[in-house]
Amino acid sequence: MATVRVQTDDFDVGAEFAALTAGRHDIGGIGCFVGTVRDGANRLAALTLEQYPGMTGQALARIVAEAERRFSLLGCTVIHRHGRLSPGANIVLVIVAAGHREPALDATHFLIDWLKTSAPFWKKEEYADGTAAWVDARESDDAAAARWARAG
Amino acid sequence: MVPHGDLTVLYFAWLRERAGAAEETVTPPASVSTVADLIAWLRERGPRHAAAFADARLIRCAVNQEFAAPETELHAGDEVAFFPPVTGG
Repeated sequence: MATVRVQTDDFDVGAEFAALTAGRHDIGGIGCFVGTVRDGANRLAALTLEQYPGMTGQALARIVAEAERRFSLLGCTVIHRHGRLSPGANIVLVIVAAGHREPALDATHFLIDWLKTSAPFWKKEEYADGTAAWVDARESDDAAAARWARAG
Repeated sequence: MVPHGDLTVLYFAWLRERAGAAEETVTPPASVSTVADLIAWLRERGPRHAAAFADARLIRCAVNQEFAAPETELHAGDEVAFFPPVTGG
């Protein structure tokens, strides 16, 4: 049973990891990805993530169900934050449990690629100088997700 | 077509800022039957809508919370959302 949450609160990677694996002896590999607010140029004041209440949670649940089916997952947790986040803050958590390393790593990659291109979130950057700008979608993200579509 | 019906239109991200509203209820004429028709009709509603829909290549749509295409048919009572390409993850 997958855990999918869209929330403003931070998440605790260790606690989520423990909740996913507690009492399980059938898991052979666990993949984990944490996306964080990057401020490469040291000029970011905050990053605000906007969601589409209703659609965003459903879209995440559908992507997770597809990953569970495609990679025969034994467990999956996806948590995506929205709201105003500071540089360095957690944005998204993906943990997948599988029988072996390959499906665990592949499913982690699949999920984060699809979250980038198909989950209804929009990022707005606020800069230290008081200006702000919406983040443009990247064609490289679309290309990354398209790889999985071709892989079928 | 949208027979005698209202549509709920939602805007997200910079489309919301340009349109000046997060949500509006509209009653398009019967000639509006698809998402593309609705965009063309909304664009004529005023300068803010014209600005929001200025670049069709940057507009994505969902109908009743499912991703939709320009040719997707609309029905009375539909929730139609417009937004830029998503940037989550």
